[in-house]
Amino acid sequence: MNPGQVAVTVIVIYLALLLALGLFSSRFFRGTAADYFLASRGIGSFLLLLTLFGTTMTAFALIGSTGEAYASGIGVYGKMVSWSGLIHSFCFFLLGIKLWSFGARYGYVTQIQFFRDRFESDGLGLFLFPLLVGLVIPYLLIGIIGGGTTITAITGGAFPDVFPAAKGGIPMWLGAGVICIVVLVYVFFGGVRGTTWANAFQTGVFIVLGLITFTLIADKLGGMEAASESVARYNPAHLQLSITDETRAVAATQQAAFEAGTAPIKPKPREAIPPLAFLTYMFIPLSVGMFPHLFQHWLTARSASSFKLPVIVHPLLMALVWVPCVLIGVWATSAMIDGVALLPQNEVVRPNQVLGKMVKEIGSPVLGGLITAGILAAIMSSLDSQFLCISSIFSNDIVAHYFGHDRISDQARVAYGRIFVILIVALTYAIALAVPAKNVFTLGVWCFSGFAALSPLAFAALYWRGTTRLGAYACVLTVAVVGGYLFYLSNYGAPGHFLFGWSNYADPAHADRNVDFLFLGMMPVATMIACSTLALVLVSLVTPRPSAATLAKFFGNPKHAG
Amino acid sequence: MKTVVYVIFVLLLAVHHDVWNWQRHDLVFGFLPVGLAHHVGISLSAAVLWGLAVCFAWPKDVDLLEELPVSEPTAEQETR
Repeated sequence: MNPGQVAVTVIVIYLALLLALGLFSSRFFRGTAADYFLASRGIGSFLLLLTLFGTTMTAFALIGSTGEAYASGIGVYGKMVSWSGLIHSFCFFLLGIKLWSFGARYGYVTQIQFFRDRFESDGLGLFLFPLLVGLVIPYLLIGIIGGGTTITAITGGAFPDVFPAAKGGIPMWLGAGVICIVVLVYVFFGGVRGTTWANAFQTGVFIVLGLITFTLIADKLGGMEAASESVARYNPAHLQLSITDETRAVAATQQAAFEAGTAPIKPKPREAIPPLAFLTYMFIPLSVGMFPHLFQHWLTARSASSFKLPVIVHPLLMALVWVPCVLIGVWATSAMIDGVALLPQNEVVRPNQVLGKMVKEIGSPVLGGLITAGILAAIMSSLDSQFLCISSIFSNDIVAHYFGHDRISDQARVAYGRIFVILIVALTYAIALAVPAKNVFTLGVWCFSGFAALSPLAFAALYWRGTTRLGAYACVLTVAVVGGYLFYLSNYGAPGHFLFGWSNYADPAHADRNVDFLFLGMMPVATMIACSTLALVLVSLVTPRPSAATLAKFFGNPKHAG
Repeated sequence: MKTVVYVIFVLLLAVHHDVWNWQRHDLVFGFLPVGLAHHVGISLSAAVLWGLAVCFAWPKDVDLLEELPVSEPTAEQETR
């Protein structure tokens, strides 16, 4: 059995286990819509912790973090993780618990139902619908394409006669197709319970496999101290946020030594992280406040107390997954075994290839298969929730809402949910095959920015009585217009290296570097949030408030409401 | 105690911008870059912060709601 076939075997075993777990969970299905979409609101704190964490972690947590650390150094942790540890739990605490309580009290299944009710506006739901679905779909595509390409890369050489075009690996269309089918089966049969169980399993898998990979790589590099000391010697700029005269001087010296053949490592140039960009990354994690798939998971909680564990432990799990990945990425810049560089020094290594290459150089096909299973776990634990939430939105907010409940039984509602799951999986799979992969990955930050810019609406709906229907419309419209304009300025999220006013993203010499698109020196999400909040507040101040009954329902004593 | 929770939250937001570490690349425990160690510290502090929030700033109205019977969606509610 060649190394590619070993990796294929590990992946197949993993997917089979996942499928079995998803199908087993369906034995607990009670046949009702509330059970299919909300697990009868019976998910306890431990499962809620794992499923919320698994849903917020994507392929970026493993592949992207390693690649970004390789390209830009340790700053990626501050940009993404320490902000998220603070802000995600902030959203779970201030939004999740309160939305759960309204969901339990008034029977909501989707976000749109809540906003329609809170703002006494049927049209607001229709207005939000395309934006929410439009922001989730690129996020779905990232998962499908990421999963397919990861399988292709790691199974290279498995079947050279069958798949010569994919260098013997499982082609992207087949890998992505298998992922879609596995997710489809357990979402179709198990609904949100199947999704939650699968997420919990997958979260455990990617945490454990990430730590195993980290330990093996550190060991291979002569220990953690030796690996970091090598970086301090050859690429010290990757161990700090700023680029200084000292790090430039080290880079020049090491470059000369490499060219003279006296040093094994060629210094890796990196871009500085502008302080304002670093600061304004804080707004990106607010996206969890408006993710429709997280909203649905919040509603599955058994009680408000079920949120306590996720609120506290989420930042710790983030650190547990990301610290090893960031260190592997930084070590990769200067990795040596017996004085010989581990990665090729005279060719461009793309950030997303770094983890795969490091694992490959360790030389264990079983580990390669296992780490691929871990990456797939991170991808699929988000994909399943997104498929299910879009299906819920279509079934509940479109079919049930506009066709009327009296014509749709509980069984029919579940059937619609399942039909929509099939249609959405098929549609996104077809789109994933049709669009160029390189253009999709850069859309991730735009999806997050869009959701983050909508988060003021969620906070205002829960905490400001004065928020009005027209204020909510203004907020959503502003996100669409300002976000769309900035997206246009960024050349539609073209990958690579560009700043406001100029662009050299097409230069292949910069393919190993990432520079964020900035507007006024900040992440675009800062401008989007400022504009959406301003629109929400200003319009709310001059337009009529909701009725007294609605205000009493959402701001009065719960014992007297509903 | 609620005020302490708010103060710690704001403090953590402020110390996230650790300009004093940006030009340092010394290693903590021999392997962890000092800037990374600082941000790992923020993650750990965030867990402590949210532990305090759960203990001392837990919303009272949701506890009140927990005492009420949970309703499944009715026809009227589901079509909103």
